[in-house]
Amino acid sequence: MRELDVARIADAVAGALETAASRLPEDYLRALETAADREAAPLAKDVIATLLENARYAESEAIPTCQDTGMAVLFVELGQDVHLVGGDLNAALDAGVRRAYGELRKSVVADPLLRVNTRDNTPAIVHLRMAPGDGVRIDALMKGFGAEMMSRSGMLPPSAGIAGVKTFVLDVVRSAGPNACPPLIVGVGIGGSFDTVGGHAKHALVRALGAANDAPHLAELERDLLAQINALGVGPQGLGGVTTALAVHVEAAPTHIAALPVAVNLNCSAPRRVSIAL
Amino acid sequence: MSVVALEIATPLDEERVRALRAGAKVLISGRVYGARDAAHMRMLAMLERGEPLPIPLEGAAIYYVGPAPAKAGHAIGPAGPTTSGRMDGMTIPLLARGLRATIGKGYRSQEVRDAMQRCGAVYFGAVGGAAALLARSIVASRVIAFDDLGTEAIYELTFDGFPAIVVNDAQGGEAYVRG
Repeated sequence: MRELDVARIADAVAGALETAASRLPEDYLRALETAADREAAPLAKDVIATLLENARYAESEAIPTCQDTGMAVLFVELGQDVHLVGGDLNAALDAGVRRAYGELRKSVVADPLLRVNTRDNTPAIVHLRMAPGDGVRIDALMKGFGAEMMSRSGMLPPSAGIAGVKTFVLDVVRSAGPNACPPLIVGVGIGGSFDTVGGHAKHALVRALGAANDAPHLAELERDLLAQINALGVGPQGLGGVTTALAVHVEAAPTHIAALPVAVNLNCSAPRRVSIAL
Repeated sequence: MSVVALEIATPLDEERVRALRAGAKVLISGRVYGARDAAHMRMLAMLERGEPLPIPLEGAAIYYVGPAPAKAGHAIGPAGPTTSGRMDGMTIPLLARGLRATIGKGYRSQEVRDAMQRCGAVYFGAVGGAAALLARSIVASRVIAFDDLGTEAIYELTFDGFPAIVVNDAQGGEAYVRG
């Protein structure tokens, strides 16, 4: 059995998030460049050019791309042949987040009603899953809450089917409009249960842009949804255009005969994402 | 084709603001106050108690912003717009006291848009997610009230050619495309 000190996990999380704050994923920037060529409206082109210039400037100055450096969401895949030593995994993940956010904006309050800032951006949101092997993989999002606020979930009847899912997703994107900072990445979760469907929608956001779901019917749903979302005309920042979303990622899971859970988690024009393998 | 921008400066007079039209790009210069959720909640409570506000509202512009910490050599950290709709319920009393412009991103409520028409005020949209670049147009920054709120304190900011779009004008016009 492989031994792994949790201090190494803390170090890796700290380093990865610190870099991700000022460096947007390559696949996202490429998608933005493609969108810039496709847009004809002057305001839409102007917004996309601004986002690209912002990304270049933030990286060169090593400053955050967005003032909302978000809440850290960590999808941890822990190999079942790893023996963690040196302390508590959850404490180590938070220690990494605390270090990464040293010079970043702290946006987390300890209690949703009392609203006192924890002043170190902890705790992280952690989704932990066991996996075969002796590796540890962490997919991390620094999730801005402008887009998070416009996300929704719902419990549809099974008869709603694919058409019902599409209507739900389009309604969420339409009502979010400019609030969620388009161009968006749209994460869609389908199936599971009330408590897990939102997690599937969020997990869809860690996938590289343009990588389709392996299941043909879900890949087709992703293509259809992207086309319909971009036909809404909302456009970059809601000012009109054909780029309301750059990608739609669908993740599905088994569910009960009585339900068709669906959730939409929106990611904004500063989608900070990073993966760690240990 | 690039977008031509109008240069405007604060404090804003009503006549100039009423002449602005939705969809126009502007470059804003002068003093602007940074305030978001928690600062608005406190200002509203002060108004209810009959206390004077920490910022003069006549002709003023408020930017809905919670900046990231500034790096050495920078006047302010990344400072993009936050979602304006959260301030909707707290904006009308400020418009009634002379607030001429708000700057943020996202939809405003019908009530706020009506109040802007009545009072002669305008709503500007800045590019959400372009915070690093926008901060370059903010040449000075200091906290002037509610220091304990951290990033949610009230800031006095000096804009120099800050780029924005007129989203809602004082005639009822809107630049957003509703899908």
